[in-house]
Amino acid sequence: MATILPPPSKRQRREALERTQLQADVTPAPIEAGSFKARFVDSDSNQLAEVVEIPLADANEKNVSILLNTLLGRDREDFTPYRFRIHIPSSDVVIDTYPSPQEFLAVLRSHGITNPFETTLTLSAEPQAVFKVQAVTRMANKIPGHGEAILAAQFSPKNSSRLATGSGDNTARVWDCDTGTPKHTLSGHTGWVLAVAWSPDASRLATGSMDKSVRIWDPETGKAVGKPFSGHSKWVNSIAWEPYHQWRDGTPRLASASKDATVRIWLVNSGRIEHVLSGHKSNVSCVRWGGKGFIYTSSHDKTVKVWNAVDGTLKHTFAAHAHWVNHLALSTDFVLRTAFFDHTKDIPKTDEEKREKAKGRFEKAATRQGKLVERLISASDDFTMYLWDPDEGTKPVARLHGHQKQVNHVTFSPDGALIASSGFDNHTKIWSARDGKFINTLRGHVAPVYQCAFSADSRLLVTASKDTTLKIWNMQTCKLAVDLPGHQDEVYAVDWSPDGKRVGSGGKDKAVRLWCN
Amino acid sequence: MPQNEYMERWRKLHGRRLDHEERQRKKEARQGHKASEDAQNLRGLRAKLHQQKRHKEKIQMKKQIKQHEERNVKSAAEQDPSTPLPNYLLDRSNPTSAKALSSAIKNKRADKAARFAVPLPKVKGISEEEMFKVISTGKKTAKKGWKRMVTKPTFVGPDFTRRPVKYERFIRPMGLRYKKANVTHPELGVTVQLPIISVKKNPQNPLYTQLGVLTKGTVVEVNVSELGLVTAGGKVAWGRYAQITNNCENDGCVNAVLLV
Repeated sequence: MATILPPPSKRQRREALERTQLQADVTPAPIEAGSFKARFVDSDSNQLAEVVEIPLADANEKNVSILLNTLLGRDREDFTPYRFRIHIPSSDVVIDTYPSPQEFLAVLRSHGITNPFETTLTLSAEPQAVFKVQAVTRMANKIPGHGEAILAAQFSPKNSSRLATGSGDNTARVWDCDTGTPKHTLSGHTGWVLAVAWSPDASRLATGSMDKSVRIWDPETGKAVGKPFSGHSKWVNSIAWEPYHQWRDGTPRLASASKDATVRIWLVNSGRIEHVLSGHKSNVSCVRWGGKGFIYTSSHDKTVKVWNAVDGTLKHTFAAHAHWVNHLALSTDFVLRTAFFDHTKDIPKTDEEKREKAKGRFEKAATRQGKLVERLISASDDFTMYLWDPDEGTKPVARLHGHQKQVNHVTFSPDGALIASSGFDNHTKIWSARDGKFINTLRGHVAPVYQCAFSADSRLLVTASKDTTLKIWNMQTCKLAVDLPGHQDEVYAVDWSPDGKRVGSGGKDKAVRLWCN
Repeated sequence: MPQNEYMERWRKLHGRRLDHEERQRKKEARQGHKASEDAQNLRGLRAKLHQQKRHKEKIQMKKQIKQHEERNVKSAAEQDPSTPLPNYLLDRSNPTSAKALSSAIKNKRADKAARFAVPLPKVKGISEEEMFKVISTGKKTAKKGWKRMVTKPTFVGPDFTRRPVKYERFIRPMGLRYKKANVTHPELGVTVQLPIISVKKNPQNPLYTQLGVLTKGTVVEVNVSELGLVTAGGKVAWGRYAQITNNCENDGCVNAVLLV
């Protein structure tokens, strides 16, 4: 019964015909004979190996990666997969995605290299994780239980079998993800649970709530440990544990950021307040505890502050933002969160060895050109982000602009090479963590993107949005890998387990969803 | 049109009249009386122009008053919102209307009984004589009266091209075509102007549906993509039905109510 359209005009018909004829031609382009010279550099542009000549026919990324490993004299077991970026000689253009052998020459020519056989190409090699996380593709479990919206979710650092969520029904819950069943209900709070944080050794769970308190729980038994920490005069926004390698004789500390403009540092075992970091003038939106002994806080008073964790003194104030600062991320977040747990799954026996391993992992992740560098990124309501190097003073390394609305969430990839930022403009943007250069925009969500999380191998990213879907993105191509509908309402919290097996998400529809491949 | 700024130049050279301020004040004081007199006594085109101007001024005035009122209201931000929100949404004043729209639609979809109910179940019939005006064409032929002009507002799709004049039986006047409808959500009272996609059903006559005639009670499909609604499968909902609630030919606009 609709309005009937007139038959297509002659012009339209002719165009349709032309289209069909065009599509018929799909023979692949032949690989041209020849070779090119390649110079391999690492991400700090130090030369890795001698210049070699590579035949074009075999020059796919995998082969070149094997070649580089061989040039570096590694055994076959120690081979590291590499990802290459091509630097165009005598210009600062970088091709981010390595082309296939068929299109190699065409890509080079399009960047103005007329004779690739005469020029030496510089390939910067980025080591990839030796393990590979597969994209989650299906909903494994939908576990109801919470009586209100789920506001926060975090996986245990140990493995993917425990997920903790905080909800608007005043409880936090621990879920057994192997069986998809509730494990413990942590009830005690009298307000919404806004933040959950596992301790880096997975032995404790901290929750912060609307009722102005922080509580510590034993995730194995589901019982509260000690009394609730009270002292804040407004709700608690964010919680950060002290990195494991800095714990002194088994007494962890934790920092909680509150709406009352203070950050409090608590001794977890006794519940004593060690320091009150007061200096912000407004709501402290986020707190991070770095591995070099600094605490980073962001606030709605437009500043980011850096504090000494030991004595609670202010080190720096970064005042570049023009509006609220919403979120912070550290380049070492992932190793600090997982401490001594890694993909090899061998956990040291003694505390001393655990601390050594955690320290080793932190130093490995943070070392850049022989120095321990911990980068910080802050996302703000002024639509921009700033990349900071707190050791270099209060001057930002880069200003990342491109979002068209407030930036809500920002994360570093576990290998510290990428930054993902998601905002209220429905997009997620990918940036290079080295210099803050824009890489790509992930478009697909049709409503604000609330959170994002990298997989442990940094090859995938999951985003959670108000449009009730999760989406998995491939970081190599910056394309949508998997679309995960299933939530019935806004998704507020998402986390990818540190071992990469599962994604957990929760939102306004009150049920926790676990996704796996 | 002045050839250049001679008035300003004169003012710069000689200054203003000595009684300028006084005259200005009096003129301002007279404004109300002047407006009232104009409104009562102007006739014809001048009256029309005056009313248009006045109408625009009144809209501005009302907007301003509303802004002032909003400023004076004590903000509810100090109170906790009733539904739980994550900390990153806590201090934001969310534009909730579109969101409420989407969840209301979802809830409604659940009860299936309401699916085929429409807000206006019955409408007054419109005869073909009223709907169509006979157009007689041709030079010799006042007799040739097979062409019809639709006298009601219509929706004509974006890719419509006219048939050759010889074969064009129905004329849909350009001046009576509409592309947008003011769509109200019945439960929320939110009104949004949305593009019309197609006419789904004109209850009068299937022919009118084909012609895209917009009368009271007609069901049209509107484009809701800018509201950001999402179906259960994660796809973006973009077409949604609405029923026209006013006599468009009398009002000069299309008002519709969303069918939820």
